[in-house]
Amino acid sequence: MSNPILSISNLDTSFRVGGEWRNVVRDVSFDIGPRETVAVVGESGSGKSVTAMSIMRLLPPGNSRVTGRIDFEGRNLLDLPLDEMQSIRGNRIGMIFQEPMTSLNPVLKIGQQITEVLVQHRGMSHGQAEVEAVRLLEKVRIPSAKSRLNEYPMNFSGGMRQRVVIAIALACDPKLLIADEPTTALDVTIQAQILELIKTLQEEEGMSVLFITHDMGVVAEISDRTVVMYRGDAVETGTTQEIFAGAKHPYTRALLSAVPQLGSMTGLDRPLRFPQVDMATGEIQPVEPTADTVKRDAAPILKVDNLVTRFDIKKGFLRKTVGRIHAVEGVSLQVRQGETLSLVGESGCGKSTTGRSIIRLTDAKSGTIEIDGKNVLGAGKSQLADIRREAQMIFQDPFESLNPRIRVGDAIAEPIVTHGLANATEAKERVGELLERVGLSASMADRFPHEFSGGQRQRVCIARALALEPKLIIADESVSALDVSVKAQVINLMLDLQEKYGLGYLFISHDMAVVERISHRVAVMYLGEIVEIGPRQAVFENPQHDYTKRLMAAVPIADPARRQTRRISNDEIRSPFRAADYVPPQRRYLEAGDGHLFLVA
Amino acid sequence: MSQDTNAASSVHAGNGQAHRSRSPFRQTISALLNDRLALVGILLVLVFILAAVFAPVIAPQNPYDLSQLDILDGRLPPGSASMNGMVYLLGTDDQGRDLLSAILYGLRTSILVGISSAAIALVIGASIGLVSAYAGGRLDSFLMRVVDIQLSFPAILIALIFLAILGQGVDKIILALIVTQWAYYARTIRGSALVERKRAYVDAARSMALPDRRILFRHILPNCLPPLIVVATMRVAYAIMLEATLSFLGIGLPVTEPSLGLLISNGFEYLLSGDYWISFFPGLVLLLLIVAINLIGDSLRDILNPRREG
Repeated sequence: MSNPILSISNLDTSFRVGGEWRNVVRDVSFDIGPRETVAVVGESGSGKSVTAMSIMRLLPPGNSRVTGRIDFEGRNLLDLPLDEMQSIRGNRIGMIFQEPMTSLNPVLKIGQQITEVLVQHRGMSHGQAEVEAVRLLEKVRIPSAKSRLNEYPMNFSGGMRQRVVIAIALACDPKLLIADEPTTALDVTIQAQILELIKTLQEEEGMSVLFITHDMGVVAEISDRTVVMYRGDAVETGTTQEIFAGAKHPYTRALLSAVPQLGSMTGLDRPLRFPQVDMATGEIQPVEPTADTVKRDAAPILKVDNLVTRFDIKKGFLRKTVGRIHAVEGVSLQVRQGETLSLVGESGCGKSTTGRSIIRLTDAKSGTIEIDGKNVLGAGKSQLADIRREAQMIFQDPFESLNPRIRVGDAIAEPIVTHGLANATEAKERVGELLERVGLSASMADRFPHEFSGGQRQRVCIARALALEPKLIIADESVSALDVSVKAQVINLMLDLQEKYGLGYLFISHDMAVVERISHRVAVMYLGEIVEIGPRQAVFENPQHDYTKRLMAAVPIADPARRQTRRISNDEIRSPFRAADYVPPQRRYLEAGDGHLFLVA
Repeated sequence: MSQDTNAASSVHAGNGQAHRSRSPFRQTISALLNDRLALVGILLVLVFILAAVFAPVIAPQNPYDLSQLDILDGRLPPGSASMNGMVYLLGTDDQGRDLLSAILYGLRTSILVGISSAAIALVIGASIGLVSAYAGGRLDSFLMRVVDIQLSFPAILIALIFLAILGQGVDKIILALIVTQWAYYARTIRGSALVERKRAYVDAARSMALPDRRILFRHILPNCLPPLIVVATMRVAYAIMLEATLSFLGIGLPVTEPSLGLLISNGFEYLLSGDYWISFFPGLVLLLLIVAINLIGDSLRDILNPRREG
């Protein structure tokens, strides 16, 4: 590779934590060539974002120390005085951050935020800047760009905001674009659009891209070369093809084996565990197939019929209902014991509301719900308590769903004691058992939630959900916030528990690849309705509804050989908001195979 | 990757041995003791409280036992000796009362009134705020409008009206201070409870069918305590000050149970004639007490701030 744009050698970054220097990036070296995309991939705490911040010199100078060399356009960035660095930042090197909701100033119009940069960095007049701003917005494919200059960020959806952020980053014609997890907060179809946009812009502008991500699928889609980071070290560097075809470092192999790949389950009808990699030898241990856990002859543990949940939007002094969010509209489904039904869809499709309505955390408007034959919506207070014992919920964010001020042992014991299943001493024993059952040790009961890592906390949440010996577990995006390798472990645990105790899972997720791995049956939701439901194999191998097909096409595939070319679309996810007098149309489903239904328009 | 990759990066979770970790409460206490200014505040408050509790033991005279007073000793400057050989360290007031003893007894009343009124107002206000946030809807609207009305009147005005109706007395002033202060606690805790109520751990508790009472007091309340504790320390200082103001105006406590405010008021008329000490020393003690409590409050606010660095 001739003359790299950016050359990092022996980068070392340390932070001062309570008087001690802790090394978070160790001896990292890599180059980025002209027009090249380099991905830095790693899990949380691997130092990938810190590497980006070190390049931009955005770390607080008092508490951090960066050594090594970062050569950019013939100069070592680490030696530059801060004001010269300022002229490089945003000018020669553009940056996009993860959270499009917070990286734009909410009280300034979009137009102002773009022209500000142009006037500051490129010395344009306001008139020129405005013309240029329109050109930039058109470049990032924002429809009717001119009319949107006067709007505020809140009028833009997440994907559109990220486009604006990219437009700002491009404003000064940078040589290098650093993108720090730019698509992590976005839905999968929107993510596909943004990835495609970055790729196209790179070709048009002839810039280099440093792409930081945790998602191997995204890496495979976008990057020419890849740097794998693990706990501060760059453990493996190579072309993306090489790394995916024959990773050498055990960590890379482990990471790759933990990545669910859409389509990897073709031909299988049962869920499959993730293979575990021996970290010492790098050998992949074979997975044992899961047993057939579905009880087909017994009555279903969960039966939902025509569930409707709507939220009124009230306005004005008299609190008049001006419209409704039709979060869940006519949803019917069944889950048997030992069976996993996945509800999959993008944000706002009503999948979480469905889960919450089932155990009445959110009040449903109409429909019937039966858990283990008991009517949920008509249940009184004490009956509801009984029903909730049968159906437990695990939430998305394990940092949020444990009370930070209660020791985990007490948190797990609490439902056992309050439901009168055991006295305090017996409960304590049970807690130890439950912790061991989810792969933790009984001695951890005395700790507070903040002393656990994300994956361990999710295990605690699972232990707590198991405390009441439920037959059904509603897992609401339960593995979405976890790192890939931890996600694989938690899913394996869930499959183990299903085998042992015949649990039924209602698995709510936006992640098609995980869903393919874990489910017996799948229901795809869009705008509050189930558009397709059926056995996993049928839905994934023979999708009928347009939305299902679109969703599957958007999932990045962790295999650079299967990189797809898509056109950049501007389709946004629509909102289920409707006027107050809206009457939902009668829906009709067609059968495509045994138990495989899809919505006809 | 047989081990959770995050585990090793977390210092605590790495070792698998049994250890009982420190609770958030004890962490706060130790952070407080590590802050020098807060430590000064704590020591000062402790000295004042001990002085108040043991006032009958350490005071050179019982300033309200008229048989011990000698009117001829009136308005002696600090350091003077009395007829019977006793030294008045801080001088005497117009009745010939030893000021040091009067201040020690006055502290007793001030601290009792301040702490008990703040504590009772906290319990009442916090319960109302918590129920208001959890119930929501009409009850919430009603309670918060009551709070609004209460907060739109100056505290001193409400206390004045109240005392004018009830008359003087320690119990009456405590009652008046509770009435003027509960609304602050209710408003504070409602704000944080509304945030906590929406968090996933409350959903988790609800999905386990725990009783509402338990969710409210065991799950939501402890997580709302930090802002409440900060407000409470500041409010104790404010209650002491308000009581002093009322007593200074002559409507707070009866002359038989003088607080610091009443002592300041007693010396007020002599201030211009050069007998500064009668007002000055009680005033100084009041100032130190308020500043000390505020030092603790400030430090607590920093420690309990969730956005604090590190």
